[in-house]
Amino acid sequence: MNRREFIKLSGLMGAGGVLSPLLLGGCTAHPLPGSGQVVRTPTFCDMCFWKCAGFVHTENDRPWKITGNAHDLHSQGRLCTRGSGGLGSYEDPDRLRKPLLRVTGADGRQTFREAEWDEALGFIADRMKAIANDYGPDRMAMLNHGYGARHFKHLMRAYGSASFAEPAFAQCRGPRDVGFRLTFGEGLGSPERTDMEHSRCIVLIGSHIGENLHNGQVQTLAQALRNDVSLITVDPRFSVPAGKSKYWLPIRPGTDIALLLGWMYVLIDEQLYDRDYIERYATGFDELAAHVRRYAPEWVYLETGIEPDLIRATAREMASHAPATLVHPGRHTTWYGDDTQRSRAIAILNALLGSWGRKGGLYIKENVRLPRYPLPAYPQPRSDFRAANKGRYPFAYEGVTNAIIEASIGEDAHYRGWLVYGTNLPSTIPGIRPQLKAAMDSLDLVVVVDTMPSEITGYADVVLPECTYLERYDDLRNAGEREPALALRMPAFEPRHDSKPGWWIARQLGRRLGLERYFPWQDYSEVLDWQLKQVGSSLEEMQRIGVKPFPRTRPKYFAEGQPVRFRTPSGRIELHSQQLADAGFDPLPVYTRPEAPPAGFYRLNYGRMPAHTFGKTTNNPLLFQLAPENTLWVNPLVAREQGLANGEYVRLQNPDGIVSNRVRVRVTERIRPDSVFMAHGFGHRSRRLRLTYGIGADDSELMTNVRVDPLMGGTGMRANFVTLVKEAG
Amino acid sequence: MTHYAMVIDTRLCIGCGDCVIACKTENKVPEGLNRDWVVEATRGTYPDLSTEFRSERCNHCSHATCVYMCPTGASHHWKDTNIVLVDPNKCTGCKACIAACPYDARLVMHPGGYIDKCTFCHHRVEKGLDPACVSTCPTRCMYFGLLDDPSSEVSELLRRRDYKVLAPETGNRPNVYYLT
Amino acid sequence: MHEEILITARSNPPVDPVMHIWGWEISVYLFLGGLTAGIMFFSALMLLLNRDEEAPFSVNRLSLLAPVVLSLGMATLFLDLEHKLFVWRFYTTFEPTSPMSYGAWILVLVYPITLLQVLSTLRSGYPLLASLLTGTRPERVLLVCERWRRPIAWAAIPVAVALGIYTGILLSAFSARPFWNTGLLGPLFLVSGLSTGAALIALIARRHSEKRLFTLIDAGLILTELVIVALLLVNLSTGAQPQLDAAARLLGGDYTAWFWGAFVALGLLIPLLLEAAEIRATLRSLALLAPVLVLVGGYVLRVIAVDLGQETTWIDYGSEFNTELLERLH
Ligand SMILES: Nc1nc2c(c(=O)[nH]1)N[C@H]1C(S)=C(S)[C@@H](COP(=O)(O)OP(=O)(O)OC[C@H]3O[C@@H](n4cnc5c(=O)[nH]c(N)nc54)[C@H](O)[C@@H]3O)O[C@H]1N2
Ligand SMILES: Nc1nc2c(c(=O)[nH]1)N[C@H]1C(S)=C(S)[C@@H](COP(=O)(O)OP(=O)(O)OC[C@H]3O[C@@H](n4cnc5c(=O)[nH]c(N)nc54)[C@H](O)[C@@H]3O)O[C@H]1N2
Ligand code: SF4
Ligand code: SF4
Ligand code: SF4
Ligand code: SF4
Ligand code: SF4
Ligand SMILES: [Mo]
Repeated sequence: MNRREFIKLSGLMGAGGVLSPLLLGGCTAHPLPGSGQVVRTPTFCDMCFWKCAGFVHTENDRPWKITGNAHDLHSQGRLCTRGSGGLGSYEDPDRLRKPLLRVTGADGRQTFREAEWDEALGFIADRMKAIANDYGPDRMAMLNHGYGARHFKHLMRAYGSASFAEPAFAQCRGPRDVGFRLTFGEGLGSPERTDMEHSRCIVLIGSHIGENLHNGQVQTLAQALRNDVSLITVDPRFSVPAGKSKYWLPIRPGTDIALLLGWMYVLIDEQLYDRDYIERYATGFDELAAHVRRYAPEWVYLETGIEPDLIRATAREMASHAPATLVHPGRHTTWYGDDTQRSRAIAILNALLGSWGRKGGLYIKENVRLPRYPLPAYPQPRSDFRAANKGRYPFAYEGVTNAIIEASIGEDAHYRGWLVYGTNLPSTIPGIRPQLKAAMDSLDLVVVVDTMPSEITGYADVVLPECTYLERYDDLRNAGEREPALALRMPAFEPRHDSKPGWWIARQLGRRLGLERYFPWQDYSEVLDWQLKQVGSSLEEMQRIGVKPFPRTRPKYFAEGQPVRFRTPSGRIELHSQQLADAGFDPLPVYTRPEAPPAGFYRLNYGRMPAHTFGKTTNNPLLFQLAPENTLWVNPLVAREQGLANGEYVRLQNPDGIVSNRVRVRVTERIRPDSVFMAHGFGHRSRRLRLTYGIGADDSELMTNVRVDPLMGGTGMRANFVTLVKEAG
Repeated sequence: MTHYAMVIDTRLCIGCGDCVIACKTENKVPEGLNRDWVVEATRGTYPDLSTEFRSERCNHCSHATCVYMCPTGASHHWKDTNIVLVDPNKCTGCKACIAACPYDARLVMHPGGYIDKCTFCHHRVEKGLDPACVSTCPTRCMYFGLLDDPSSEVSELLRRRDYKVLAPETGNRPNVYYLT
Repeated sequence: MHEEILITARSNPPVDPVMHIWGWEISVYLFLGGLTAGIMFFSALMLLLNRDEEAPFSVNRLSLLAPVVLSLGMATLFLDLEHKLFVWRFYTTFEPTSPMSYGAWILVLVYPITLLQVLSTLRSGYPLLASLLTGTRPERVLLVCERWRRPIAWAAIPVAVALGIYTGILLSAFSARPFWNTGLLGPLFLVSGLSTGAALIALIARRHSEKRLFTLIDAGLILTELVIVALLLVNLSTGAQPQLDAAARLLGGDYTAWFWGAFVALGLLIPLLLEAAEIRATLRSLALLAPVLVLVGGYVLRVIAVDLGQETTWIDYGSEFNTELLERLH
């Protein structure tokens, strides 16, 4: 308030002399946001794996907000809900503060005690040396997720291990990328090479973009919608994109391969496919044509519940916009165990539409040629992640988390030690808790590097507190994109408590393991500066701009009639896959009918909610305020049948007797009567996550019926059924 | 009176709530309080369904009942615009304006005790920027601008597209428009 | 099915999950405000009508209660403010569109007038108290006031009516709250305020003639009130959806027991019957009961009006989330 006005008024009031100190006390100053000293620091987001670039703003040295970097294609200047809430993770009072060491008390109970870094790192180095001596360094595995894992992969390679696995493969995009590699010789990568901003027709098979908030996907889909794209969504649930679609196909769960084959039938039967493209680039068309003869829309209808007319209409719609028609490859694709084959079907459908390498379809990505910091060569590991597969999963080109866990159980287990970075295995690998416990019991060393006291930390021998992405340097982001660009992540704040950046932890461990020569820097910024200078930039420049675009050196799409050599054995798009035939698998996707829920059971459907990334943001105070729990979506018919009211709490029970934590019922038409739906990431059991502990249900623990994909080891999660148990009281 | 409007395309909005987080951080809204929120409206029976997502906030009503009801002048139209603000140093916390707002758009600041609400980010508008929620929305389904200017994006959208406002029967003449 | 829900966990106290911005403080204030209006009104009226003989309490002693009761009301009003240190802001402006601003300034008028009323009758009503002032300068003030007894009473009448109506207008001016937004709330509160005033007199006046007079007056007021209540219900039941919803809550919902039982039956009908019996002198022993019930009924009316009114709204969303979980933040 204006002082003159105040004096006048208090004078008027007579008692002003007495009252004014009081009143002044009430006169809070209300500076407008941003009117103080504002500082802006570049970063790229780590709230999920999309890595959008942005700026952290502080005002008068207090954290203020995070916004997108306009020069960044991942974010186009706008972060998503979780990215905008990133400061909540920095400020979370429940963060890990100090290294923790497991101790066994006199009563035999195991607990953690806080330790100094020196002691914790020394302990780990001693055990790692012992493992290297007794078994070989290749017997140490790393389970990881997230960008910061690179520092530890470097450490592990220097140490002599190449057994890495991330849930992003066998629990996520593995089947998709294997399916596309088998067909086109290349996967989709992250960000996916989907050219949605130019698509005229987009087909989403399960991908619930909009709830799945991968920023570039959301933004390009929104752009497409603004351009009046024909959106076709195949989803048993009325997902967010279903509500924006020209056609929503409410498919019977698990029958997508039938639909895909039915579409191919129509395209081939009605000669709607891209003949020139197929002749020029593909092989195996005749086998495909013969194969899909079995899958007429009338037959497909019986399996999928989608009317034959609708199947034909949507196939024609796709063809009419081809090649600017994208059949979206999806991302989390570990559904029913035949997922690589479903992804193959999606890949083949894209080939028939001629969308790979074409505008509005799947573009050719490019990144920056960024030299690596000069370091000695790594030792040749004696074995790598394939050791865990024991001859299974021939197409797994990355580590299979679940296989590594299995190969870590028992006296004669292959793996003796784990480094777990940024992945909360108990809720990430379906139904894994018993094996996880067994593995932990037989391993000589389990190190967990995390920022939060997630469930996985409870299994560790040593817990190392990493600082959040807002407090550290990481490697430059150099992802394949529409246009190449580099992005910088740098500390906006000093690490809180006694947490440390990953590069520091890795280097300290490296030194203690005698691997100094792999870590010749004092500060990781030296590495970044060196790399940046090789491409005509510098750390100083990047600290100002955050993102530096580079020109493309090759076209984004195939030119008209351009000869292309695909990275498949035949050099062509492999509609019929000889690789699969040779390995004893179906060379063309075959439909098998999914299991139906037993009487009284509902199919457990799950997915994303926009406010959270799995379970890693549910304790973030900002995002917790937005969505404190997951709800169980049930159809009104089910609610009536089970006598459930909106807002009441129930538990879920699976056929193996696993009972979930309680979860709040949301009665909605958006879910089928034979299924229930919930967002993944809730039902935390770690009491040290004080906000989110014990809230909502965890889908993972109910997934005891895991359908492993024989091609690549992916854990199909959608063949699980539950009954609803009413909460007493 | 300078006439600002927000136009939100419900056909693009995905209900992600980014606008809510953006507002909370930009405006330092205390824990547990919200100046904006997102509503989902679903109609029909499976599988004949439609959903609408709406990001809602103060409508900066042309006929602002909150302003009329405020006994102290704390609630006011800012600088001859339709942007409705509260001056904390005039506010008694009598809550008449809360009762007067048909959109439940107002809140009691804690620990302050004065009344707070969406400001249309006038501190940004003054600098020629969009409000924080508008400039953050990942689908770009929010627009902000002057209705007085017939060539502005918001005027154009309202000319070209079908739209609605919330509870027009209140007579408040709200200025957040929803494209349908 | 039509599902319309908040999918971000909004929980702005005291707006969510149901608006509850005003509690007992405001009900009490409105009740005491109405009662003050009744007190002022009848003390002035009896004085103007020269009923010194028939109703000596009303003429001479009653007015002292006005500033006392009003101050209690003002105290609860103050308790309700969320930004208390800024209470003086009511008096740095006059807002012509704000009933609350009128209210604030009406109170500025009410206070001196009640004081003048007291002063002008102090010597006849409270001679002992007045005798303390003999020979002092304030005694001269008393004398002046006494001389101006009638003009003061004349002034008190419109101010009392304004105060009584204002307590109702205050609520009915809220177009955002469908239950309040009816022209009938002003008259209803005015009549109810007068009725509680009359009941108060019937309760504490000693002289039988005065008790009888105010029982008669009160019965008339109760009858009027019943008519207004009936009109109000008709009005609601023919209104827009939110008003229908409000009517439903009164007629067969969570407010039914309070409304029919505590307000209409206990607060209006039973006292009316008792008063009728009293007037015909068939019943004496329960003479205290009727006015007590009227006072209670008057308060219940304020509680129902304040509570139900703020809950009625044009926009009503459920929430996907249990917002009680947000308490973990504290
Ligand atoms: N907000 C948010 N966004 C995220 C993430 C996050 O945690 N939070 N995680 C990111 C990651 S890592 C991934 S992998 C992606 C995952 O995102 P997506 O790849 O889009 O997710 P999915 O789990 O494959 O798809 C879920 C949808 O599949 C539908 N569905 C279920 N069963 C079937 C079926 O049998 N057939 C068909 N056609 N559909 C079915 C469900 O109803 C649901 O709508 O999301 C990313 N985006
Ligand atoms: N039941 C079920 N299981 C699923 C899925 C599902 O939908 N349902 N989705 C699958 C998919 S698609 C994926 S991609 C995976 C994801 O699986 P995960 O990547 O394991 O996901 P989160 O559970 O979020 O665990 C992330 C962990 O990283 C920690 N963390 C966060 N930031 C940092 C950091 O900066 N440094 C370090 N060191 N740690 C950090 C968090 O505290 C948390 O413990 O889950 C898969 N598993
Ligand atoms: S998509 Fe969202 S959470 Fe993921 S990196 Fe981008 S802004 Fe962060
Ligand atoms: S940020 Fe945009 S898309 Fe998301 S809820 Fe708000 S208005 Fe809708
Ligand atoms: S929406 Fe409510 S707070 Fe905003 S201007 Fe209108 S009446 Fe006032
Ligand atoms: S609470 Fe404050 S802003 Fe609202 S009406 Fe009262 S004085 Fe005005
Ligand atoms: S305009 Fe500003 S204050 Fe209003 S909701 Fe948007 S961000 Fe919040
Ligand atoms: Mo994933």
